[in-house]
Amino acid sequence: MIFAAEPSFWISFAQQTLDGLTFGALIALIALGYTMVYGIVELINFAHGDLFMLGCFLALSQLALIGLGGLGYDATWSDPNSFQVGGIILTMLFTAMIFCASLNFAVDRLVYKPLRTAPKLAPLVSAIGVSFVFMNIGLFWGGPQDVNFPKLVGDQNLLPEQPDQANLRFTSKDLMVYLVTIPLMIALTAFIKFTKLGKAMRATAQNPTAAKLMGINTDRVIGITFAIGGALAGASSIVYALKLNTISYQMGFQNGLYAFTAAVLGGIGRIPGAVLGGLIIGLVRYYGSAYVGENWVGALIFGILIIILIFRPSGLLGANTREKV
Amino acid sequence: MPLRFTTPLLLLALFVGVGVAGLVLFPNSAQVGDPKVIKIVSSLPRSGSARGQTDTIVKGIKLALHEVNYQLELKHPSTGETKTYRLEYLDLDDATAAAGQWTIEQEIANANLARSDPDVMAYIGTYNSGAAKVSMPILNRANIFMISPANTAPALTKPGWGERHEPGCYRPNNGKVNYARVVPTDDVQGAVSAFWAKELNAKQVYILDDNEVYGKGIADLFHKTCDEIGIKVLGQESIDFKQQEFGALMQKIKGMNPDLIYFGGTTQTKAGQLFKDMISVGMRCPMMAPDGCYEKAMIDSVGKDAFEKAPFYVTFGGLPVEELKTERGLQFRENYTNLYGEEPKEAYAAYGYECGLVVIEAIRKAGMKDRDAIREAGLTIRDFAGTAGTWSFDANGDTDSRVMSGNTVKDGEFKFVKKLELK
Repeated sequence: MIFAAEPSFWISFAQQTLDGLTFGALIALIALGYTMVYGIVELINFAHGDLFMLGCFLALSQLALIGLGGLGYDATWSDPNSFQVGGIILTMLFTAMIFCASLNFAVDRLVYKPLRTAPKLAPLVSAIGVSFVFMNIGLFWGGPQDVNFPKLVGDQNLLPEQPDQANLRFTSKDLMVYLVTIPLMIALTAFIKFTKLGKAMRATAQNPTAAKLMGINTDRVIGITFAIGGALAGASSIVYALKLNTISYQMGFQNGLYAFTAAVLGGIGRIPGAVLGGLIIGLVRYYGSAYVGENWVGALIFGILIIILIFRPSGLLGANTREKV
Repeated sequence: MPLRFTTPLLLLALFVGVGVAGLVLFPNSAQVGDPKVIKIVSSLPRSGSARGQTDTIVKGIKLALHEVNYQLELKHPSTGETKTYRLEYLDLDDATAAAGQWTIEQEIANANLARSDPDVMAYIGTYNSGAAKVSMPILNRANIFMISPANTAPALTKPGWGERHEPGCYRPNNGKVNYARVVPTDDVQGAVSAFWAKELNAKQVYILDDNEVYGKGIADLFHKTCDEIGIKVLGQESIDFKQQEFGALMQKIKGMNPDLIYFGGTTQTKAGQLFKDMISVGMRCPMMAPDGCYEKAMIDSVGKDAFEKAPFYVTFGGLPVEELKTERGLQFRENYTNLYGEEPKEAYAAYGYECGLVVIEAIRKAGMKDRDAIREAGLTIRDFAGTAGTWSFDANGDTDSRVMSGNTVKDGEFKFVKKLELK
């Protein structure tokens, strides 16, 4: 197929690459929160995906409140202007971030903090428990069916189009994903590298006892870490809902699994690693579907994870975290 | 999954438990009975989400009985003597309010009630194919004629459609058939859909399925029929319905430029997301799906605006009441409206009525109050004038009616497009 390639093949290949990268950026955004919490507390927060799902339902309920659609309703505002839409999206983004941050913070205080000195398995299993609790709240909130999320961001093509031939599409939705993911990644890296709180986080990650001896309130630092992780989940939930326009109470599981895989692939605890892992998963997802077969996608992604972990057990960018262990 | 290993045990325990309870509650039941009464029971989910549909089914059954004034004069086929029987109808619930849907326990209890009451000659039910699997063997042993207004799973009657032991396991009484249904099965739908696609001028199609028994079964049949009637199949692929989006898949399909995409699956297996992704990659060809997507949830999950951009077609194993234009169908509409003061709302009402008619016809044909004779008479019904057309039962107890309806979505609601018939 590749040898007999025609121009349309390359257009389609470029399209799959572009879409794969966008999907990867979305996964990376979810993975940031995962990897951030792991980097500090060494806890795989399995509830992260479901926290992300609750963020989506919060956004939908807000939209229902202002009559823009929601659970079982259709939009009554047929054509809100872009200024209003921008305001709505920013409000949703802000409230979802606050909501998820406080929820994650509360869960840390209630569930994980009493287990701080317990064996590593105890908080891990508790995280799975929290994930189920969230999922059931989501079921109660949004019902068992897939729910349509109103289309606030259009999908007009931003690239020049020629009539009568296949065109490459890069839509405003895709742009939105990058507009949120890239600044957040840079801000997060800078925050951890250059601020005082970031330094305290790194110290807590390296050695909690020594950090305490240096006068760092490690419980506060960990609490803030969870809050930031939650805020990231909130941000990704809005971007995800606006990009894919479907939410359901089960969406946290699959997306959480991909995000977790992305974090591990890139080297868990490393922020650029999560982004790299996310992009790889996005590309494998899209190439796999296009050139291997839709039902092989899961096997491909996790097969690649296994191969990479055999050769680089700490992930692609995870080599220099060795000293931590 | 530990559930898988415990479920058969649980079932066994239930069977034994309910069986013992039946013996205790109905001792020597074979001796008692009213010689002037023939009882007909129905077992349908009367509580929970299917209530709306079963209400109309029950009204349909009652209408059929009402038309004969709840009594029948039978002429014994060998002795020739005539005797008048009173018909009694018992509306049983196979659901519980707590479960919100049919439960195994309740369906077993209903089947046992029918089995142990010597006056019960026919059993109308079930609504869910899963429930039929539970009561079929019980009623088969008791030789009771069972007729379903709504089961569509082919495996209940057709060899080769389900597990290896199906449908033999539903006929423990030496393979004698006692079960019949008045609805066309899922496999008919796949073929009918392909013919409809051809009428819609589809020259080349792409087929997707959800890799489930129902969805893949229909999609395979759609594929097979396409090959036979000369529609080019560009490819068939199973999706993993746990995925959240299918942009890549739709992008690939877009490159092949199909005239129509068929999805064998349900709303629960991501029909809505597939349709949305099809539109978001810029495709405007129609998508067609079977009756698993013929529910409000499909429209909710897609949002009604999307249906303006590309047509969505869905097939359903029956006709809307307004389209019942045979003599029987018109009579049904008129009598139903006279009796209840309203038009039947759900398409299944006609099937409830038809079940009632078939049972009455079976008893009349048998000419005596005898379960085996009525079963035999019921299953040999041929050229029956039904509400949607004339049909016969085949050797498996399936109707040979091939009448279905094609629907689409307009203004956020399903709209009837045309009557589909397989010749």
